[in-house]
Amino acid sequence: MANITQAYYKMFILDELADKKTAIHRINPVAKIIVTLIYLLFVVSYNKYDIIGLMPLFFYPVIIMSVGDIPFKPMLAGLIIAAPLVIGVGIFNPLLDRTIVSTVSGIGISAGMLSFMALLVKCCLTVLAALLLLATTGMNKIAAAMQSLHIPQIFIMQLLLTYRYISVLMGETARVYHAYTLRAPHQKGVSSKVWGSLIGLLLLRTYDRASRLYQAMKLRGFENQFFGINLDKLEKKDIIYLLGWTTFFIIVRFINIPMLFGVLVTGVIK
Amino acid sequence: MSHHLVDFIDVGYSYLDGNKAVENLNARIHHGEAVAIVGANGAGKSTMLKLLVGILMPEQGEIRLGDLPVTKKTLSIVRQTVGFTFQDPEDQLFNITVYDDVAFGPRNYGLDEKEVEKRVVSALQRVGIEHLMHRAPYKLSGGEKRAVSIATVLSMEPNVLAMDEPTAALDPRSRRRLIKLLQGFEHTKLIATHDLDLVMELCSRTIVLKDGKIEYDGPTAEIMADSQLLEQCGLEQPLMLQGCPICRQKVIVRE
Repeated sequence: MANITQAYYKMFILDELADKKTAIHRINPVAKIIVTLIYLLFVVSYNKYDIIGLMPLFFYPVIIMSVGDIPFKPMLAGLIIAAPLVIGVGIFNPLLDRTIVSTVSGIGISAGMLSFMALLVKCCLTVLAALLLLATTGMNKIAAAMQSLHIPQIFIMQLLLTYRYISVLMGETARVYHAYTLRAPHQKGVSSKVWGSLIGLLLLRTYDRASRLYQAMKLRGFENQFFGINLDKLEKKDIIYLLGWTTFFIIVRFINIPMLFGVLVTGVIK
Repeated sequence: MSHHLVDFIDVGYSYLDGNKAVENLNARIHHGEAVAIVGANGAGKSTMLKLLVGILMPEQGEIRLGDLPVTKKTLSIVRQTVGFTFQDPEDQLFNITVYDDVAFGPRNYGLDEKEVEKRVVSALQRVGIEHLMHRAPYKLSGGEKRAVSIATVLSMEPNVLAMDEPTAALDPRSRRRLIKLLQGFEHTKLIATHDLDLVMELCSRTIVLKDGKIEYDGPTAEIMADSQLLEQCGLEQPLMLQGCPICRQKVIVRE
């Protein structure tokens, strides 16, 4: 909480990264959205114990990050924010499914443990893919791409306004937190006694601020419609990007590359 | 249809708690006039401007822009005609770049991207911040944010500028730059402010509000010399008329 202002400014880093001009950034947003969706579908399609099979899919974020010149730190920050949700969902797997499926150095690994690990890997891959889409495209271009994919306006607006609301919420949180800590210098964090009133205050303040923003939008002709930037048509490089990644995902989904690699390295032929 | 006149005709408005924000407002503002709206906190200055752009709707009376009444049906035209800047420019800037923020209005009015670009560049040039075009608004200084907020309304090419506390939280240099900028605008201007020195330099006419009612409507020079009336309305004479605290000499208002 101490660096809440920093967190507020860091929030915009993905938008700033989206301004870069690398080969990945130049790919048409429509192609990038489709590739990301296909990637997400492939990731969630894996068996709930298949950790090894998921491994080759790490190539996608690694390549996008290196070609797109995206630093890992902001990605890690996003993963840390998403992690508690997934841990909350899967934490009981090891307790509920105790069947031992394998032993490593005499330690039994339960099916529940395996499924929990697979869930964490899937979370890691999906969150990274979403963050990378944002960091290489930017929210406005994503919205424009959604529009050209004929996604209903209402969903696009929901996405854009929610994204903006996060920054409003964080900005107001920083102000309330600073006002509190300046008058409570000997306290560490916020006393639990005032949590209720502070959260209530925060909601009222963000509601007020969001209302003013909305008024500002209405004053400039906003009628719940997104008029985004015009995107170029898909070019040859975009089609190659789309087909290239789709082929890669299909190959790693249906051919167990880690096993083949293992077989190759150990020289064991069945 | 003429949008050159702004008419407040017997306008009244109360807040939900029953508090009368403004009542019996009557004023006619002519084309090209620069009018200051002054008064103590809670006198109804911001309410008056919000009523003009239809953020609030009058409970009594009506507001007209020339032949056009301000109603829910006419809001689209009204808001194209009147550019409103908020007290806090942060409330007005919500896009990722300055360009997108300035382009937001023209895009909403369905202009093609070439025309949008033309308007954005022209608006940014007018306020002298073309170099900030690709910057993120949240990273700008207070003065720059204010300039961007003005550009966001200029890009819609309004006839009337309504500004709520335009010099609030600006440093002296940014304030001076803003005054010069506004002096160069030919628009009809309605400026709600506590900055009476700004009023002296910019507005030939002043409306003084007290408890939601118009207490004075006339030449700025006259009201600013009436320290008694100003005091009754919770105001003080502008610093430039209060005289030097050392030599007690009054400063002549510059042209």
